[in-house]
Amino acid sequence: MKASPYWILALLIAVCFTLAVTLGLRFGDPAEHPQSNNAFKLLFGEGQKLFANQFYVMADVYFHSGYYPSVFDKQEGQSDVLGAVHGKSDNDEDTTNVDFFGAPTDWINRFGSHFRVNQHTHLDQGAEAQEILPWLKLAADTNPQMIQTYTVAAYWLRKSVRNPKEAEAFLREGLRNNPGNCEILLELGRLYNEDYHDVVRARNVWTVALQRWQAQNDDAKKDNKWLCDEISVNLAYLEESAGNWQQAIRYLEIAKPVSPTPDAIQKQIDEAKRKVTSDK
Amino acid sequence: MNTIRALSGVVIKELYRRKDFYVLFILTALITLVAGMHRFFNDPNIVRYIKDLCMLLVWVSALVIAIATTARQIPVERENRTIFPLLAKPVTRWQMVLGKFMGSWLATGVALLVFYIFFGIATGSREEASKWPVYFQAFWLQWVMLSVVIAITLLGSVVFSAPSANVTICFIVIAGILFFGGHLNVIALRNAEPVQSVIYTIYYLIPHLEWFDLRDRLVHGWGGVSWLDCGLATLYAMAYAWLFLLLTWLVFRRKSL
Repeated sequence: MKASPYWILALLIAVCFTLAVTLGLRFGDPAEHPQSNNAFKLLFGEGQKLFANQFYVMADVYFHSGYYPSVFDKQEGQSDVLGAVHGKSDNDEDTTNVDFFGAPTDWINRFGSHFRVNQHTHLDQGAEAQEILPWLKLAADTNPQMIQTYTVAAYWLRKSVRNPKEAEAFLREGLRNNPGNCEILLELGRLYNEDYHDVVRARNVWTVALQRWQAQNDDAKKDNKWLCDEISVNLAYLEESAGNWQQAIRYLEIAKPVSPTPDAIQKQIDEAKRKVTSDK
Repeated sequence: MNTIRALSGVVIKELYRRKDFYVLFILTALITLVAGMHRFFNDPNIVRYIKDLCMLLVWVSALVIAIATTARQIPVERENRTIFPLLAKPVTRWQMVLGKFMGSWLATGVALLVFYIFFGIATGSREEASKWPVYFQAFWLQWVMLSVVIAITLLGSVVFSAPSANVTICFIVIAGILFFGGHLNVIALRNAEPVQSVIYTIYYLIPHLEWFDLRDRLVHGWGGVSWLDCGLATLYAMAYAWLFLLLTWLVFRRKSL
C-alpha cells in the first residue's frame, strides 16, 4: 500500500505537536526547572559555559562595530566594553587610536584592508550601544557565574539605553545566581544613586557590598582591590554630600591602602578633616 | 557558445528540481524570523545580531549549494554513462568543463539572489536608500568569490574518486582559506626557516577569499568599498577561476572515462 504524502504530512504534524506538548510540560516551567530554561542548557548541559566567553567577546566586537583583532593580531589588555564600566571613558584614555592590525606588510594585506572594517570606533559615540546587549544576555544565560556580563549590561542599559528598570532586573537576576556578589552590589548601588537618586538604598547596598568584600579571604581581596576602592570612595562621596564628614573620612581611610592613587585619597582625607575642624 | 549555454541550462534546472536550496532557504528564513521575534531587554531597536545571524546563514548556505551542486556534475555524468553521448554530440571536454562551471555559477547566483532578497526584506527595510549599494557589493563580491569556489570544486571532481571526498576536502580548504588565509603572513613570521618560506609561498599562492566577505560592513552599517576595489577584486577572482578551470581541463583532457 502506498502512503499518501498528505497522510505523511498529517502524521509529521501530529508527531511535532506531541513532542512540543511533551517538552513544554517537561521543560516549560522555569519555576520548576530553574536550570533548564534555555535552549543552550538543554542542548549542551554544563558545556554551555564554553560559549559564554565567546558571546562576551562578541559584545566587544559589536562595541567596536566589527573592528576587532583576531587571535593573530595585537590584543587589548582589557575589553573596551568593560573598561567603560570601570570608569575608563574615551576622555580619560583614548583607546580608539589603537591599531589592532598594524601597518600592511605586503600588497595582499594592503588590498585586503580595503574590504574589512578599518576604523577603530566605539558604539558609545553613536548611542547605539544597545546592539551589544543580546550577546551579554546570552553570555549570562550560558554562564550565570560570569559577573561582568551583568555589570556591563546594566551599565549600558543605564547610560546608553536609559532603561534603569531593565538594568535593575538584570542585576537582581545576577544576584540570584551569585548571592552577595560585591561587584553586582556596587553596580546596583550606582543604579540607585545615579538613576533613582535613592541615596538611602544606595548607601545600604554599598554598605553590604563593603561588608561582603571585607569578609573575603586575603587572596580574594588581593585580586579585587579596585572593588573595595570604588565601594569605599562611593560611600565617602555619599557621606560627604550628606555632611557626615567623620563617616566620609572613615570610608576614605578604608580606600587609601587599596587605591592605586593613595596620595589623592590622602588629600581628600585632609580636606575632609579641615571641613570637620571648620564646622566645629 | 550554444553548447555551453545548453549545458549550463541543465545544471540550473537541476538546482530547482533538487531540494537542497529549498531546505537551506527555509531553514535560513525560519532561524532568522525566530531570532527576530526574540526581544532582548524589551528593546525593539536591537537589529544587528539578526543581520549577523542571517548573513552567516546566507554564507554557509551559499557555500553548501555551490560545493554540493558542482561536486556531483562530472561524476554523476560518468556514473550514469550520459557523458558518452554528451561527448559524442560533439561537445569538447573544454566546453563541458566551461558549461558545468557556468551552470553551477549561474545556479548558485540565482539561489544567492533569493537569499539576498530575503535578507533585504527582513532587515534592509529599515535601512536608508543610501545603504543599498553596499548590499549590491556584498552580493556581487560573494557571487564572484563563489566562482573561485566552484572552479576549485570542479577541479576536485576530476581529481578525487568520489563526490563525498571532494565535498569534504573542498569544505576544509575553503574554510581554511576564509579563516586563516589572511593571517598566513603573520603565522609565517612566527616560524623559523624553512617553514616560514613554505607558509609564505602558500600565502602568495592561495586565492584570498576573505577579501570578498563584506558581512561586517553590512551588519555594522559601514559604507561599501570603492568601486575600483570592487572591480579589481572581481578581476582577481576571475583570474583564479580561469586558472582552476584550465587545470580542470588539463586533468580532464587526459582522464580515461
